[in-house]
Amino acid sequence: MIEFEVLGKKDTRSGFGEGLSELGKKNNQVVALCADLTGSLKMDAFQKENPERFFQVGIAEANMIGLAAGMAVGGKIPYTGTFANFSTGRVYDQIRQSVAYSNKNVKICASHAGLTLGEDGATHQILEDIGMMKMLPNMTVIVPADFNQTKQATIAIAEHVGPVYLRFGRPSVPIFVKEDAKFVIGKADKLINGTDVTIVACGHLVWKAIEAAKELEAQGISAEVINMHTIKPFDENAVLDSVAKTRCVVTAEEHMLNGGLGDSVAQLLSRNNPLPQEYIGVNDKFGESGTPDELMKKYGLESENIVEAAKKVIQRKS
Amino acid sequence: MENQQLEKIASQVRRDIVRMVAGVNSGHPGGSLGCADFLTVLYFDVMNHDSSKFSMEGKGEDVFYLSNGHISPVWYSVLARSGYFPVNELGTFRKLSSRLQGHPSTDKKLPGVRMASGSLGQGLSNAIGTAQTKKLNGDKSIVYSLHGDGELQEGQIWEAAMYGAAHKVDNVIATIDYNGRQIDGDVEDVISLGDLSLKWQAFGWEVYNMDGHNMQSLKETLAAAKGNVGNDKPKVIIMKTEMGQGVDFMMGTHKWHGVAPNPDQLASALGQLEETLGDY
Repeated sequence: MIEFEVLGKKDTRSGFGEGLSELGKKNNQVVALCADLTGSLKMDAFQKENPERFFQVGIAEANMIGLAAGMAVGGKIPYTGTFANFSTGRVYDQIRQSVAYSNKNVKICASHAGLTLGEDGATHQILEDIGMMKMLPNMTVIVPADFNQTKQATIAIAEHVGPVYLRFGRPSVPIFVKEDAKFVIGKADKLINGTDVTIVACGHLVWKAIEAAKELEAQGISAEVINMHTIKPFDENAVLDSVAKTRCVVTAEEHMLNGGLGDSVAQLLSRNNPLPQEYIGVNDKFGESGTPDELMKKYGLESENIVEAAKKVIQRKS
Repeated sequence: MENQQLEKIASQVRRDIVRMVAGVNSGHPGGSLGCADFLTVLYFDVMNHDSSKFSMEGKGEDVFYLSNGHISPVWYSVLARSGYFPVNELGTFRKLSSRLQGHPSTDKKLPGVRMASGSLGQGLSNAIGTAQTKKLNGDKSIVYSLHGDGELQEGQIWEAAMYGAAHKVDNVIATIDYNGRQIDGDVEDVISLGDLSLKWQAFGWEVYNMDGHNMQSLKETLAAAKGNVGNDKPKVIIMKTEMGQGVDFMMGTHKWHGVAPNPDQLASALGQLEETLGDY
């Protein structure tokens, strides 16, 4: 019987805010920049506690990325904060040249990623950011699953020298990562052991994968669940070891299929151990206005979709 | 350093530029020649720096960013001539596996370069960021940057300008290579910059003007700007230059922005530029 203790319910952006505040107290090299979204990013605590290390940039994201790269010269560890859309698509060239190619120690922290931003609609619901960021050499890409993990990741990335993209979101989601867990970049968390199918998920889809595994268990199917919180560097062994046992995989993400977590898994399998794969994600469509729950349902990102995909992929096993 | 001595170095830098560009039949000689005097004065007379102890961090020394990265030949020559790397390495410019990439980069670890540039409009943000880090570190050094006039058409420059004044980043000295020309023609015809001085003043910057081919003007203006660090205002110098300066057939036109001279043209150019420090 799969048992998962729920430790509460919070938004992952608040995990970022708490992590940044805690980090600010113990590492005085950390500086933060924000483009007029301090409250939305939950950066107010850091701002209040470290006014001399907080830089309000205004609505000028390109300048924010360039400033952050410049601040890294001289030893500071800049954390930039804005919505995921404005953290990536709007400033791709600035990130490419000043941060990734120049290999600067900048942490690009992106909230309100994906459909769960909700009512604001497709202009703000970026579903391409993981792809854009993982394509950049030197860039580390992290998509934590809940409040605790986002907080832990926020603190952990300060110890990693180099560019990082940290993606989180707006809605309240169940907390299941232990408060004292250690976040290791590039080391996936195996949450549930199983033998019939592997489910690899990231971000908000990890909890839905856990729920799917419970439902599959009730139907007599044993699912293994992996929280792939780091998209790059990719924990290849975690996936290869699991599929060696289960012989099939479902990937689940709040992102476009093109360029996402599923793509990373498919590339790994095609090179090492070609096996059936089913994808949960958004397939070449923009989002739209609606509540987060309505959108996740309409776009097929619910636990029942994962259950269906798991059954389908098991059928495809030879 | 004496003006005459600076002029001799600049002459050698100009020889390096045309030889580097001709050597690979590509690159940007026009703007490079136009900024040879400025970068010579900056590196040999104005900046506090130590080429024997280059560090990416640049703590305790002045830092320079080349925002208009396409004029890399002039920067590479000045860096080599001031001791950052062997002068002979100039011969590898734009060649496979060279540290001297077409546009400046950090990934091959060329001493002297702290930021990639080439995609325009980013260097002012970089410079202001480093200037703020220097303030946080209690480092009294200055951050210099160079920008093309055509580059000012990029919106990010004005985002950075607004920010620099709002945050009182007074330890940054930006210079504009005001040669009035860009790839498609005269800046005035492509997209007019209007009254550039008034624009910077309106953005809250302290504006200076200097003659980019007069060593005394360069020295005095840079000294004046340096002297005002601490007055809460970022500084910009509008530097009047001639694209292609020093090579008669490259002057008075935008055509040599990104074109290399052929062997005959190279010979003609070298005939106009005294070899003072020995060619690489």
